[in-house]
Amino acid sequence: MAILEVNNLSISFGGLMAVNDFGLNIEEGQLYGLIGPNGAGKTTVFNLLTGVYKPDQGRVILDGKELTGKNTIEINQEGIARTFQNIRLFSQLSVLDNVKVGLHNDYTYSTIEGILRLPRYKKTEKLMTERAMELLEVFGLADEAEYLASNLPYGKQRKLEMARALATNPKLLLLDEPAAGMNPNETAELMENIKFVRDKFKMTILLIEHDMKLVAGICEKLTVLNFGKVLAEGETSAVLHDPKVITAYLGE
Amino acid sequence: MRDKKLNKTFKNNLITYLIVIISYALVQAMILSGNLSSLMQGLLVPICTYVIMALALNLVVGVLGELSLGHAGFMCVGAFSSAFFSKLTLEAIPNAGLRFFLALLIGAVCAAIFGIIIGIPVLRLKGDYLAIVTLAFGEIIKNFINVMYVGKDSNGFHFSIKDVASLNMEDDGLVIINGAQGITGTPTDSNFTIGVLLILFTLFVVLNLTNSRTGRAIMSIRDNRIAAESVGINITKYKLMAFAISAGLAGIGGVLYAHNLSTLTALPKNFGYNMSIMFLVFVVLGGIGNMRGSIIAAVVLTLLPELLRGLSDYRMLIYAVVLIAMMIFTSAPSMIEYREKIMAKFGKNKVSKEAE
Amino acid sequence: MGFISYLIDGISLGSVYALIALGYTMVYGIAKMLNFAHGDVIMIGGYTVYTIVSTMGLSPWLGMAASVVVCTVLGVAVEKIAYKPLRMASPLAVLITAIGVSYFLQNMGLLIFTASPKAFTSVVSISNIKLADGALNISGVTLVTIITCIIIMIALMFFIKKTKAGRAMVAVSEDKGAALLMGIDVNSTISLTFAIGSGLAAVAGFLLCSAYPTLTPYTGAMPGIKAFVAAVFGGIGSIPGAFIGGILLGIIEILSKAYISSQLSDAIVFLVLILVLLIKPTGILGKEIHEKV
Repeated sequence: MAILEVNNLSISFGGLMAVNDFGLNIEEGQLYGLIGPNGAGKTTVFNLLTGVYKPDQGRVILDGKELTGKNTIEINQEGIARTFQNIRLFSQLSVLDNVKVGLHNDYTYSTIEGILRLPRYKKTEKLMTERAMELLEVFGLADEAEYLASNLPYGKQRKLEMARALATNPKLLLLDEPAAGMNPNETAELMENIKFVRDKFKMTILLIEHDMKLVAGICEKLTVLNFGKVLAEGETSAVLHDPKVITAYLGE
Repeated sequence: MRDKKLNKTFKNNLITYLIVIISYALVQAMILSGNLSSLMQGLLVPICTYVIMALALNLVVGVLGELSLGHAGFMCVGAFSSAFFSKLTLEAIPNAGLRFFLALLIGAVCAAIFGIIIGIPVLRLKGDYLAIVTLAFGEIIKNFINVMYVGKDSNGFHFSIKDVASLNMEDDGLVIINGAQGITGTPTDSNFTIGVLLILFTLFVVLNLTNSRTGRAIMSIRDNRIAAESVGINITKYKLMAFAISAGLAGIGGVLYAHNLSTLTALPKNFGYNMSIMFLVFVVLGGIGNMRGSIIAAVVLTLLPELLRGLSDYRMLIYAVVLIAMMIFTSAPSMIEYREKIMAKFGKNKVSKEAE
Repeated sequence: MGFISYLIDGISLGSVYALIALGYTMVYGIAKMLNFAHGDVIMIGGYTVYTIVSTMGLSPWLGMAASVVVCTVLGVAVEKIAYKPLRMASPLAVLITAIGVSYFLQNMGLLIFTASPKAFTSVVSISNIKLADGALNISGVTLVTIITCIIIMIALMFFIKKTKAGRAMVAVSEDKGAALLMGIDVNSTISLTFAIGSGLAAVAGFLLCSAYPTLTPYTGAMPGIKAFVAAVFGGIGSIPGAFIGGILLGIIEILSKAYISSQLSDAIVFLVLILVLLIKPTGILGKEIHEKV
């Protein structure tokens, strides 16, 4: 059954239809790609799914639960986590603490317990550190756990964002151009990481990407967005050979 | 790796606590050996107050990353609520220690409540707008206390914002808050030792809060609000919490301050926006987010005008020049570059990538 | 008639606030900094007039001209010495530096003129105007203040819309980098802004002192803060906003002094500011800024 179901989602900004009648169905455990030319509305779709923008119309259903109209925090708690196109880390916190912020809602103790350093503080913090280190390990960041996030090289910052998003224990992970700014080696490594995350955590992943090698290499299904509308959808290889899609990318 | 980090934070904090304790011991030794002028001795409790204020404000400015110019207002709430209590219970609670402890609780809680009341509407404003609104609130609090008359007689409490006569009290009535004349006859229950203990307490709260789940959530909002929201951090809740805790600690500063004076008035020089600005100067010069720096800056900058007393009329002018020069020296990009060049010459330019 | 005369007094005080707020708002627009020392420029302007008119016994016209010159030079010098090195630094560092400059100016005044208040001789020699058979009495200062403010406001709008230097100011405040690329001399544009702002503060200074004739080193502090409030009130960075904010603030202050409580008038002014910001978080004419995700 579909874990994410999106029906006729639309939003306009000052008369311009940024996303128009958008629909999407993702099966559990699928690696799904959302592609399209610049300005097609891909990031806007992510912002709609995560409650940053409220849609003018349409519905979002995650694992049978209605998410329409909920705010970002509620949506995250229902199980959607994301990364950002322009990296948004907690730059003055350590790499480890970035991930620990992601664990915030699953590992709790009160503020008083924290200030007084009561046993539950110590126990929980230990568990949090263990869990965070596990996640950092997956992305090869364990050795940099104590670095300030802003001191990481670019490629690793993108990976840290993924680790932080995973820390919230989502059902669906949204990756906004995870390979942007990476060199071919880093991209190849990232592809392995993404596949690994899917397999290990049984994660459903929806990603926006311009790097066609990555898209063709790991995505099972694609949706192509053009001028805010769905242009094509289906199996990756079929979509990529669709003449309509080629025209949209290359022009007439 | 993990242990190293824990040790490092722990060691850093320990040094800060030790600096406070050693300074206390030194000052006590100076007092006992008669090497501290009575003028300086009179400054000890105010200095403790300012240190607490700087720490409290640093929680908002450094950890939460928001600008407040109204912390003198929270200090004012703490001072007046606690002095009110102490004057009222002067006879009912003869034990000065217990009375002061209760006064502390009352001052902190009242100030924290004000922090929440003010925080709810204003914390959605940003930057300079938040700064001016907090300044405005601080001034409103000061202004209202100046026109407040509260008395108590056998029938209970009486309240007016006109004058003592409109309190309509019986003959046995006692005026507690007398408008612009404030509260007179507050028991002077605080002293330097209590002041230092309260600094240690404030430090304990701020440092432990910062290194906890709550602290991380607060700092994540500071570093990137949108990302914090995306991982499910409740922005309003943690902003408000940081603001309320900071206000409560400022209230404690106010309690300490009030119980060092037998007459408490809400004058601009005690609780005006200039005081809030002074606390901000401590925080910025000590290093935003750096608690040890706040303590040192508060002490040094309070002592500086006194140490310059020999220069009489010129001292405040020099203070101003020092302030400007220090800001340019520490913050101007060209100066930072210049300093780095000099450091590089002496081979000290090993920039540690490790998170502090 | 009482109400109308209070209203006119309010507009007059508001005109002074507006003149100061213009300086705040222009500097904020162009340098993105809160120039906390701006209020103290008023005090320097006041003392300049006092020295020339009361101490040296020269003409008030000379006093006013000297005051504008002194303040303009002072404003530009402060910018060059204290603010320019910090142009790329954090806003907080700039704010603290401005506070340092404010302390400096106040203590300079204290050193030269001592803390004892000086009686300021009004620069306005127009006598009171009686209207409605003497029921409405408007003082010359009040009238001159309001008219001066209106003239300056119109001149300023004209300067910004029609002159090259004025349009350069708008360009720098919109986008410093782009302005630089278009060949605008950003440094001299910023200097010009400080010059105009400080010159206006000088005018505000002698008008304020003519209406409230006691002069101390702290004379500028509170009007400075109020003008800052007025600028935020109207939407900081907006020139018409500063004008509207200043006038409204003056009216609110005088009316609450007259009808509610003279001791609480400041509190009421601040309360209104808070209410306005809660309804419109960027002030009456402020632009809203959205963060792109």
